[in-house]
Amino acid sequence: AMATGSGKMKEVLTGTTIMACTYDGGVVLGADSRTSSGNYVANKVADKITKVCDKVYLCRSGSAAHTQAVAGYANLYLNQHAIELGEKGVCVRSAANIVKEIAYTNKQWMNAGMIVAGWDKNEGGQVFVVPMGGTLMEVPFAVGGSGSIYINAFVDKNWKPKMTKSECKAFVRKAVSLAISRDGSSD
Amino acid sequence: MSGIGTGYDLSVSTFSPDGRVFQSEYAQKAVDSSGTVLGMCCKDGVLLAAEKLEISKLLEENSNRRTFPIDKHAGAVVAGVSADGRAIVDRAQGEASNYKSMYGDAIPGSVLADRVASYVHVFNLYWYVRPFGVCTMLASYDHNGPQLFMIDPAGTSHKYYGVAVGKGRQGAKNELSKLKLADMTVKEAMFAAAKIMHQVHDGEKGFELELAIVSDETGRLFKRVGKAELQEVEAAAKAAIEAEDLDMSD
Repeated sequence: AMATGSGKMKEVLTGTTIMACTYDGGVVLGADSRTSSGNYVANKVADKITKVCDKVYLCRSGSAAHTQAVAGYANLYLNQHAIELGEKGVCVRSAANIVKEIAYTNKQWMNAGMIVAGWDKNEGGQVFVVPMGGTLMEVPFAVGGSGSIYINAFVDKNWKPKMTKSECKAFVRKAVSLAISRDGSSD
Repeated sequence: MSGIGTGYDLSVSTFSPDGRVFQSEYAQKAVDSSGTVLGMCCKDGVLLAAEKLEISKLLEENSNRRTFPIDKHAGAVVAGVSADGRAIVDRAQGEASNYKSMYGDAIPGSVLADRVASYVHVFNLYWYVRPFGVCTMLASYDHNGPQLFMIDPAGTSHKYYGVAVGKGRQGAKNELSKLKLADMTVKEAMFAAAKIMHQVHDGEKGFELELAIVSDETGRLFKRVGKAELQEVEAAAKAAIEAEDLDMSD
């Protein structure tokens, strides 16, 4: 996909499966590790789960460049915010709101579907989904990326509230694995 | 005419040789000569009280508000130049709204206090503005619990259990120090505040008491205390004062 005669290189995408799920006491996040640029696998070992602040992570799908930039800005603003708050930690809702503000304000230029998930002292484990367009929704669990379509029915059927940590981990592992097995852009 | 700060007190951007900024101190004097204002932080909420001195017999009741909501969970009372106070409250409301837009959550009391203090401080730095002649008390109740802050005209912010400024502050502080605020409820504090206000009120002219609270009872919403409840509290306070007077005079 690099220097061939057949025209421009395709934009590097995280054709992806990402997922986050709350359980009794926290959240579990999961993702595949394939970054594709058309049919070429640009990165086999990509880390699509990025820290934005203490105990809050961002699952990235869509354009790798766009989501990395969002994560970078979110990290910057949330670090400043953490200083202002002092001892109190940044809450997951605030982190998600900042991600949403960036996504919504720049919606014209962005190709990014993201899931913000983490834990804070006051509300425990939370999952927020910021799909393309810049909506913000709090949900008990969320799936995203091109591979998510293959597991929507699976997660809807198999999710239950107040899972234990090991049940939740097994649930996320199973779901993401199933998506990977069917989605060519996830691995 | 020569005074204490002669020569070094013309501008807020000038220090005196003994390291004082006289204009900031003069701003504090504007607060010291205004009606008494109290703040009390209790175990289930925060109370703010203002002594509204009667400036005219033709004034409509409740017309010159001294307590203001900053957001649903927070409010303020100002002492000093009330026009200056309104400008600060306006800013505080903007900060609270802006914080909610950015961070999706109600502004914590300490952050609001820092923002207001920074704003007030700016007016103590430049020669082309004057300091606010206002002490601002901020009450808030969020998941950090009930909190009370005060910002003085110099832009210094502190967290308090109980605080009093204005004409009757000496007497009020005395009375406040006798109370165990951390063990009291806001309901009990309302009665105590009314009593203190009536005790320290100086002069023949009357005054109107304005009370505002944010507590468990109000659902953690900042509300002004209504007329009926206010009259009840004031009547009880006045009765208690009279009873004490009777006790003392034998």
